[in-house]
Amino acid sequence: MRVIFPVCAVVAVILGMWYVACVPMNIHTTLTDAERAGIAVTPEGAKVRRNEGAVSLALRNTHVWGETFAQAKPRLPAPHQVVAELWETTALKKVTSKRALVFHGWITLSATLLGFGIGSVAGILLAIGIVHSRAMEMSVMPWAIASQTIPILAIAPMIIVVLNSIGLQGLIPKAIISAYLSFFPVVVGMVKGLRSPTAMQLDQMRTWNAGSSQTFWVLRMPASVPYLFASLKIGIAASLVGAIVGELPTGAIRGLGARLLTGSYYGQTIQIWSALFATAILAAALVAIISWFERFTLKRMGVGR
Amino acid sequence: MTLFLVMLAFVIWFGAWAINVRLANGLNSGTRAVQLGVPAIFGITLLVMWELIVRGLGVPMVILPAPSVIADRFANSLPILWADFVQTVVKGALSGYVIGCLAAFGTAILVDRSDFLKRGLMPVGSFVAALPIVGTAPILVMWYGFDWQSKAAVVVVMVFFPMLVNITAGLQETTTMQRDQMKTWAASYWQGFWKLRLPAAMPFIFNGLKISSALALIGAIVAEFFGSPIVGMGFRISTSVGQLALDMVWAEIVVAAIAGSAFYGVVAFIERKVTFWHPSQRGS
Repeated sequence: MRVIFPVCAVVAVILGMWYVACVPMNIHTTLTDAERAGIAVTPEGAKVRRNEGAVSLALRNTHVWGETFAQAKPRLPAPHQVVAELWETTALKKVTSKRALVFHGWITLSATLLGFGIGSVAGILLAIGIVHSRAMEMSVMPWAIASQTIPILAIAPMIIVVLNSIGLQGLIPKAIISAYLSFFPVVVGMVKGLRSPTAMQLDQMRTWNAGSSQTFWVLRMPASVPYLFASLKIGIAASLVGAIVGELPTGAIRGLGARLLTGSYYGQTIQIWSALFATAILAAALVAIISWFERFTLKRMGVGR
Repeated sequence: MTLFLVMLAFVIWFGAWAINVRLANGLNSGTRAVQLGVPAIFGITLLVMWELIVRGLGVPMVILPAPSVIADRFANSLPILWADFVQTVVKGALSGYVIGCLAAFGTAILVDRSDFLKRGLMPVGSFVAALPIVGTAPILVMWYGFDWQSKAAVVVVMVFFPMLVNITAGLQETTTMQRDQMKTWAASYWQGFWKLRLPAAMPFIFNGLKISSALALIGAIVAEFFGSPIVGMGFRISTSVGQLALDMVWAEIVVAAIAGSAFYGVVAFIERKVTFWHPSQRGS
């Protein structure tokens, strides 16, 4: 209750500001439509209005405010329009329909999950190698850390086109970008985790005459789990961004990224906003699922809060 | 000849690896020269292998250009690359970064002064910080036009929430005893803020600034995929990919890598100067 009320208040204020912003944002097109429909507006003529400020226009034409929330291609769609579009394209369309958001969401989600799986497994394996080989650590770790400061996403278009030219299309190229983006956070987090046992704990293992593989399975691996989950949460969010950006350059027609792109080509703002909210919901759900696994696993391991 | 180059590549790989293993496990492995030398040898070996294998197997240019071809393209298109750099990094990313960080700073002070806002806005802020915000790019490009203003707007939205979360967390870093001490000295809110809480928040703020530096470049480049004037790194990448001029794409990626590391490096350098007192900055 201490948190729920303030959060609801903040969300309500954001929604209220959104509605208020709709009026000046959409006033120009609304007035043009109203004039065409024969409603008196001040001043008359779209050319005169083009040079007028949006706020002063809105204040002089209070009678068309209701219409600003119901435009077909608004500059800023009202929240209820976005919700209606989301509901219509998820619940009311058949799942296999090209207009169903569930269909596009699944295209993006499958690439995200495949890439995330590949990237995490590869990242964990590399981290294990790094912890066991000093040469590998000194060679690879600086590059793994440096690569996080580089906008890796810039190579996404090239990967898509190159793989396209050797006959790979659709799921795999996007999954490779996703894998690449989730790979480095997992490597860095996992190395930190596998290193987290203290010298005292390692000495204890040596006292018990444990071999390096025993130390690994009994001490290092369990100790790394909290770090692993923290980086998996970063990794899956990055994977989703990678899959979406991977859909942009080739003019893909399927997937949430393609919905964003076609929406921006044809000025279908409601479609863009609904795709944007769909990605947000998807990202939140993926992170929530991993958080749930984290809580479950840590509780079973006896280190949960 | 083909086979020879490929085999040479692997011979060099094993040779360099042997050197690295000896250096890493040798007596001098703690020195700075070895710590810089080992990754350098690794990187150079990868480049040499790339060059030899691409030449040896005759990989077509449209799939993977050799590093020498990329370096040649880089050296020969410096004016274009510089113009793209100015458009995307200086105008788009940097201006958006500054605006976004200042806005987050102002909001964080508001949040800090009101407990209600802290409880209400922080969960929303952390939630939004985890979302794929780069998806707002098509909307902001539609609102602010194709030029750098829309890219700066995307960057503002991208860096705002991570910065807000980090600054707010940093401002709560002081202990009750320290704050009570300030009160004992009859310090006003702003005196306590400038002299105690802001310095204590600096490690968190710089953490946010470092995360945001990478986000800013990503935002500026990806936003250009949704529409741009005929200059800019994202524009050059997407059009060169369309023309299968992959050497140009790689040259832009080199620019992006240099810009990203330099950006990060500058932030890290300022961090060392400002938070010299913090345990993570001492010792070495």
